[in-house]
Amino acid sequence: MCRFEAIRVDGSANLIGQRDGQTVNDNRPKNLDITTFKYPLPAITSLLHRLSGAFIFVGVALMLYLLELSLESETGFALVQELLDNVIVKFAAWAVLSGLLYHLIAGIKHLIMDLGYGETLQGGFIGACITLALSAVAIITAGVWIW
Amino acid sequence: MVTNVTNLGRSGLYDWIVQRFSAVILAAYSLCILASFVMNPDMNFEQWSSIFENNAMRFFSIITLLALCAHAWIGMWTISTDYMTSLQLGSSATFFRIMFQAGCVLLIAVYLLWGIQIFWGN
Repeated sequence: MCRFEAIRVDGSANLIGQRDGQTVNDNRPKNLDITTFKYPLPAITSLLHRLSGAFIFVGVALMLYLLELSLESETGFALVQELLDNVIVKFAAWAVLSGLLYHLIAGIKHLIMDLGYGETLQGGFIGACITLALSAVAIITAGVWIW
Repeated sequence: MVTNVTNLGRSGLYDWIVQRFSAVILAAYSLCILASFVMNPDMNFEQWSSIFENNAMRFFSIITLLALCAHAWIGMWTISTDYMTSLQLGSSATFFRIMFQAGCVLLIAVYLLWGIQIFWGN
């Protein structure tokens, strides 16, 4: 007979059971295959935090390019304004800004949880809901502001 | 003992704290820039460039740039060591992961030098 003693975040578990009449504490990780995990809402927001992080890492190139051009000269500044009138550039800027806003809000939630708040199962779910709701508002506001 | 050779501080605890300190700096800088946009929606070139010519802002920008480099490396390292393993990529996982990490280091180096040029060069 086996029961799960503790389930770690990676899905592995300590199994404590009886084998040949002796208590066995099996400490080995049982499942490290992330493709077979179930994804509750806090896991999805965590995954989005990683995705948005990787995305803005690449997006920094666009931000630095626009910043350099805008600070170069009056002409460069006007060129940036002209570029941002283009639908594709506008969309790219909004995408990077959205990634940044989501990463920022999810990051603040992460730091709040590091301080020990909302670490329960229910707290994690509420935190994930708040993160998604605030990000949706921020991203839509950014979109309205850009267009 | 096997020590990890690719993470920033050779220690998970060190990386953990660096990731959080750099996050606070990046958040503060992002909010400052966003606030300047919101408070001054129709900035002209003089107003915009005077923000970045200020010496305090130069320090803030360079410190944020350094925080970005550390933060990006720890983040990309975490992603690569979680998702680019032998479980997903088989026996060539280590090769692909190291190549991916090398690409990240190159991009971070470009951002660092480019950023210093932008913030300190003019």
